[in-house]
Amino acid sequence: MKAIDRLFARIAAPMDGPLLSISGGLLLLGLLTLYSASTDGSARITSQLFNVGIALAVMWMAAQVPPQTLMRFALPAYLLGLALLVAVALFGDVRNGARRWLSLGFGSGQPSEIMKVAMPLMLAWYFHKNEAALGLRDYLVAAALLAIPTLLIARQPDLGTALLVAAAGFYVIFLAGLSWKLLIGAAAALAASLPFLWSLMHDYQRRRILTLFDPTEDPLGAGYHIIQSTIAVGSGGITGKGWLNGSQTHLEFIPERTTDFIFAVYSEEFGLIGNTLLLALYLALITRGLMIAANAPTFFSRLLAGAVTLTFFTYAFVNMGMVSGILPVVGVPLPLVSYGGTALVTLFLDIGILMSINRHRTLVQT
Amino acid sequence: MKLTEFKNTQRELYYFQVRVGVAGMVVLAAFAVLLARFVYLQVVQHEYYRTKAEDNRISIVPIAPNRGNIVDRSGVVLARSYSAYTLEISPRQVPDVEAVINELASIIDVRASDRNRFRRMLVEAKGADSLPIKTRLSDEEVARFAANRYRFPGVEIKARLFRQYPHGELASHVLGYIGRINDRDLELIAAESLEANYKGSDHIGKTGLEQSYERQLHGATGYEQVEVDAGGRGVRTLSRTAPTSGNSLSLTLDLRLQEVAEEAFGAHRGALVAIEPATGGVLAFVSKPGFDPNLFVDGIDPANWELLNNSPDRPLINRALTGLYPPGSTFKPFLALAALSLGKRTTTQAIADPGYFIFGGHRFRDDKVGGHGVVDMYKAIVVSCDTYFYMLANDLGIDNISGFLRQFGFGARTGIDLEGEAAGVLPSQEWKMKRFSRPEQRKWYAGETISVGIGQGYNAYTPLQLAQATAALASGGVMYRPHIVHYIENSRTGERTYVEREPLRTLALKPQHIEFIRNAMVGVNKEGTGARAFAGAGYTSAGKTGTAQVVALKQNEKYHESRVQERHRDHALFIAFAPVESPKIALAVLVENAGFGARAAAPIARQVLDYYLLGKRVPPADKAPAGAVEDDDESD
Repeated sequence: MKAIDRLFARIAAPMDGPLLSISGGLLLLGLLTLYSASTDGSARITSQLFNVGIALAVMWMAAQVPPQTLMRFALPAYLLGLALLVAVALFGDVRNGARRWLSLGFGSGQPSEIMKVAMPLMLAWYFHKNEAALGLRDYLVAAALLAIPTLLIARQPDLGTALLVAAAGFYVIFLAGLSWKLLIGAAAALAASLPFLWSLMHDYQRRRILTLFDPTEDPLGAGYHIIQSTIAVGSGGITGKGWLNGSQTHLEFIPERTTDFIFAVYSEEFGLIGNTLLLALYLALITRGLMIAANAPTFFSRLLAGAVTLTFFTYAFVNMGMVSGILPVVGVPLPLVSYGGTALVTLFLDIGILMSINRHRTLVQT
Repeated sequence: MKLTEFKNTQRELYYFQVRVGVAGMVVLAAFAVLLARFVYLQVVQHEYYRTKAEDNRISIVPIAPNRGNIVDRSGVVLARSYSAYTLEISPRQVPDVEAVINELASIIDVRASDRNRFRRMLVEAKGADSLPIKTRLSDEEVARFAANRYRFPGVEIKARLFRQYPHGELASHVLGYIGRINDRDLELIAAESLEANYKGSDHIGKTGLEQSYERQLHGATGYEQVEVDAGGRGVRTLSRTAPTSGNSLSLTLDLRLQEVAEEAFGAHRGALVAIEPATGGVLAFVSKPGFDPNLFVDGIDPANWELLNNSPDRPLINRALTGLYPPGSTFKPFLALAALSLGKRTTTQAIADPGYFIFGGHRFRDDKVGGHGVVDMYKAIVVSCDTYFYMLANDLGIDNISGFLRQFGFGARTGIDLEGEAAGVLPSQEWKMKRFSRPEQRKWYAGETISVGIGQGYNAYTPLQLAQATAALASGGVMYRPHIVHYIENSRTGERTYVEREPLRTLALKPQHIEFIRNAMVGVNKEGTGARAFAGAGYTSAGKTGTAQVVALKQNEKYHESRVQERHRDHALFIAFAPVESPKIALAVLVENAGFGARAAAPIARQVLDYYLLGKRVPPADKAPAGAVEDDDESD
């Protein structure tokens, strides 16, 4: 009996109660919605439960690792990620018109996923290392560290991941204290370079952005996703159509309804009340993460915790904004809700990092 | 030193927390934007999107009604609808249509004509859901396809309604046909705001009764509310409103009589209209040659179309309805009646016929060289004396003639229940003024009246008009609107709506005048130009022969049938009614380019009357019994 108690305590020790219950709530909503959205019976649920199991294990392990150890991973992880991105650009497999996959001996993977964690890790480590005297030079180096992988990913093309990676890096730079003047200057520069960015974009990316302004322009092509998901959200009303009762979902009008567009399913069936609950859960998750960041003992852990937390915001905002028709369609899943193992593992790795930072806040750094 | 470091750390932490606070605000603001968007979509615009979702979800599937049947007066089915299996391809689901058709041909007999039709429809019916590659599959073909179905996504067997005309060519000009709805039909449907009712229909009446009674025959389209998925596949039926079958038409037409009449024409071209004088009901309505309406139902193939459309016999022309012919001598009884009624002649006034009539230096010849001797009105009709009627017409004047004959319906549409009827020409001074533009042409010349007197000149009437006028003689001046449909039977209630029961008008004619004309026409069949054809008939009949010139003869030129090209030969005409005591049938016969009415048209009338009155069918071999009038001497 005692042994079991000890084991339980051992398992529970690194966990953060609030983070675990909030993410548990999100997972539950995700599974409910996934069940409704799957037309192929319970196969997807089983597979998602398996993903959840792996993700939780990753989280638990990450929560064990002290931030100092994490710091040591920063440079190697970043360099590995960068090397793999270069490899993808040179030898990657093309699927659905995008060069994103890299075949390894045992299988294939998307190296861009690594960058989602490696980027904030790297920048947090960089700023931490130069904490004593941060100058303009450091911000420029950080900007370059951020820009290179982002551009490589954007060129694959994978706008969604590029956006997430860029945002994660930007959060580190912002939290590290980039001066407001520079920040505003950079924003202005970005705005000025929009036409140039536009010229770099692929046709389909431009179309997605144009479609946002007038989805009816191309109702069966690029506009179809937005039109149908907006209908799903709007027709849900205040109370929603009820679980398993969404006609847009069950008659298959919503494309990608288990992955990127799962929010349309959720929103149709649970309505404004459900949406408010979902926003509240994300807000709670972010609040808890920011609290952890604010109380973290080292510059590195603060920056990392803050950036990782705000990544959840990026995911949630971009996804819900896209499904409800105020942002262009980019491949960003709804965090902890959308079906898919890779994103789930990455996100729980982030939560694990947060837990670790929270757990080790009282330990004095040597 | 230690203190500054601590202070720095504190200040750093403070700065960091400010940044975190700012980030938190941004997060809150962004979530507020999302929430506002959700409120906008889910509360403000909810109704709009709810409707959109319902429109997505529910599809209205029309169910085509069964087209009404057409039956003859004794209930024989002339046109019916039946359901049969067709093999259909959904072009949008099939990327390579030709390849699929080739593949299908390996298990089902797909003819070249089927392929052509499919290709034509593919062009015509842009955006159609599915199009038939083969219609009317046999049970075996259905089974064979069913076994191979998995190989053909986008190909389906469907039950469709077909139209069948069991008697083929018989009465084809009466029935008309249905065909696939084309752009012009769609315009007409839109003009009448009937789009909804034609949602599920592929076919529409194109000619004949199928066209003129389209609204009755079509029925009301039913519909199903079906829940569909994004691919357009039906998931379940939410509600169903059954279609209402079209009403059926019961005709006054007697199919057996029609058959006798059509056979009587043999290989000749021509028209026959037989009317029941007491009702105006059409008993037989022939236009030869006919066509097989079944060819048109699925869209006629180019070879058959070529054959029908380019044939010099013009089988698609409804001669009885739209053909305009001079009435020839069949006009004479009506002119005689005009002269009696207007007091321009008495029955006993006689002329001495020299065989011609000279007017304005022009010699109007009679058919009989040397003339008919002393001719009174009776004899003038019986032997068809031209000279008598040249003079009579001259005395009447053109406006008296047209004024009187207008009452009989000459030169005006009868209003029969078939579309496309021709009006014809009843010449008058006013008509000529309107018809021509050059001043010298617009004037009526008295000489022109004389040709009108023997049914030539500008006279041009449909065989139907001639039959209607003959029926009016038979009924003693009671005019009916000729009609082919007796009643329309409501498919649900069985209630009958009669098309025409009341006469149009009764002509103000003196009974003794009509009686005299009828007697003279009896004389035609007893001792005159119709006597040979009507020898030994078991009933009393009244008739009048006629021959209409196709090509004008030169002065003093005599017409020799054998010397004239077939197409330029005269048209033979005959009008008749019987039994004279109480006429049951009145008819007009026209045989194109067949020469004398007595020889070519009267025997056809005889066969029709024999069958209708006596139930006798004359075997084709013993037509034309020996007659009272010699060939050489033939006149009308």
